[in-house]
Amino acid sequence: MIVERVLIIARLTFFEASRRRILLAALVIGLLFLVVYAFGINAILSDIARAGDLNFLVHREILNFLSMAGLYVINFLTVMLSVLTSVDTLSGEVSSGTIQTIVTKPMRRWEVVLGKWLGFAGLIGLYILLMGGGAAGVVRYFGDYTLPHLWVGLGYLWLNGLIMLTVSVFGGTFLSTLANGVLVFGLFGVAFVGGWIEQIGAIIGNATAVNIGIATSLLMPSEAMWKRAAFLMQSELVGQIGFSPFTASGSSPSALMVWYAVGYVGLVLLWALRTFRGRDL
Amino acid sequence: MDPTPIISTHGLHKSFGEKTAVADLTLTVNHGEVFGFLGPNGAGKTTSVKMLLGLVHPSGGTGEMLGAPLGDPAARARAGFLPEHFRFHGWLTGAEFLRLHGQLHGIEKSVLAQRILELLDLVGLVDAGDKKLGAYSKGMLQRIGLAQALINEPELVILDEPTSGLDPFGRRLVRDIVRDLRDMGRTVFINSHLLSEIEVTCDRAAFIHQGRIVRAVDLHESDVPVVRVHARVGALGPEVLAGLAALAADVQAENGTLAFSVPDEAALPGVHRYLVEQGVDVYAFRPEKQSLEDLFVQLIGTDGGQ
Repeated sequence: MIVERVLIIARLTFFEASRRRILLAALVIGLLFLVVYAFGINAILSDIARAGDLNFLVHREILNFLSMAGLYVINFLTVMLSVLTSVDTLSGEVSSGTIQTIVTKPMRRWEVVLGKWLGFAGLIGLYILLMGGGAAGVVRYFGDYTLPHLWVGLGYLWLNGLIMLTVSVFGGTFLSTLANGVLVFGLFGVAFVGGWIEQIGAIIGNATAVNIGIATSLLMPSEAMWKRAAFLMQSELVGQIGFSPFTASGSSPSALMVWYAVGYVGLVLLWALRTFRGRDL
Repeated sequence: MDPTPIISTHGLHKSFGEKTAVADLTLTVNHGEVFGFLGPNGAGKTTSVKMLLGLVHPSGGTGEMLGAPLGDPAARARAGFLPEHFRFHGWLTGAEFLRLHGQLHGIEKSVLAQRILELLDLVGLVDAGDKKLGAYSKGMLQRIGLAQALINEPELVILDEPTSGLDPFGRRLVRDIVRDLRDMGRTVFINSHLLSEIEVTCDRAAFIHQGRIVRAVDLHESDVPVVRVHARVGALGPEVLAGLAALAADVQAENGTLAFSVPDEAALPGVHRYLVEQGVDVYAFRPEKQSLEDLFVQLIGTDGGQ
């Protein structure tokens, strides 16, 4: 019965995103992005074809770069979607009082939090599948190229979305919607800046800068997941140069960081379930 | 009928920081009665109800509802609740809303479908079942919220200001539903600041003021809970007043006027005799049956406790 109730809330959450046209808006904008992306790639590739006599390797570098650029945008959109859909899901329902008829049913509060989390997690997964899959399809269609480790990379993008989601759900268990938004995007910003400090530190060989970056990744592993995905999907050449606009392999997050992120999501989610139990509604 | 109380609390208390919302809630509600919880706005009614349902964690004290400690999910399976200023997601239709709450109770699909139809009919929303809640008026929302509180055929129904936002027709509907529930042997707990509402629908009522229950009255003993006497008298010594306090309640004496309450008229001659025997000159002796409103004003003050 617990599983059923959690799934009812998960379904309701997913359903809410589609009924409130959040999903529709995200998909329309996503489609627009894919169309622009497809036209752009097609234009660039036909230009290259006209130039002719292009080294196979250079051709592949360009495709890799374009693919990564697309995923970079999708990663950003996923972060936005993850936070914007979930930031008021608890705090909003507490302040409007809609949560009162739900949690006075024969269920525990953590079931509500977990159900909502699952609903959003599914939503984010679907979004990445459609957007990432769409972008990869565009590159494959026009350029006959697929990023290495594409699906694992998309998995890390999903994990990034889940990190944002989990922190936002956690904040919602005790903060107002606005304060929660400030918290989540603030942490995201810290991790983002920390990630770049780490990369530059790695290039110039500054250990302190690298450590600052690692510390921010531990506090908020979101950016690290993108870096890990970019590291996996980069071309060999970029790997050898050690720097691209998306990643510097001098200090890329290790596989261990991925496990850390999984544990992070699990623990913060557990903490959220616990915090919400004690709240006066 | 089950002789153990359906709700019993002992010294429940809740503070939010410095502010005390409920100072001492000690009350008993019996199976099968319609219980009115009366008080001015801000007296602590909603916080009290939220403590019963586990929405708010008490700062102190204990309580039981439906034979389990407060906040027990299994006990909530047998309760229904209509919150104050009821609202729900506007993107659900009325029928979907009821289905959701029925599913959370684990009601079987076929049973639930039938019950949704019955409840929509009961609250007069048959034609609005397919409309989104966002398009509902305040009164319609209140009705669908009431239907939601009944979806699991609860033994105990807790209604927080059920008639707020309702037109006279809606108020009558609530009154009829409460009456039906009582006839079926269910217990109803109504929070209200509307005295007339409580007077008409309830068996028993408790007054709450500044977070404390100041009086519980049985509304069936007679239509009026007490007889209030307003007298004009000569000089009154403190020992006379002390003696009077043993015979009557809520004694007030000021500038030759005297007021006190006795449970019923049979007590009047005894009090009168006492005053005369004590040598008090009695110029006027006017007993008045009290309405709930008089009692409310007397207990809480004309300023409504603000």
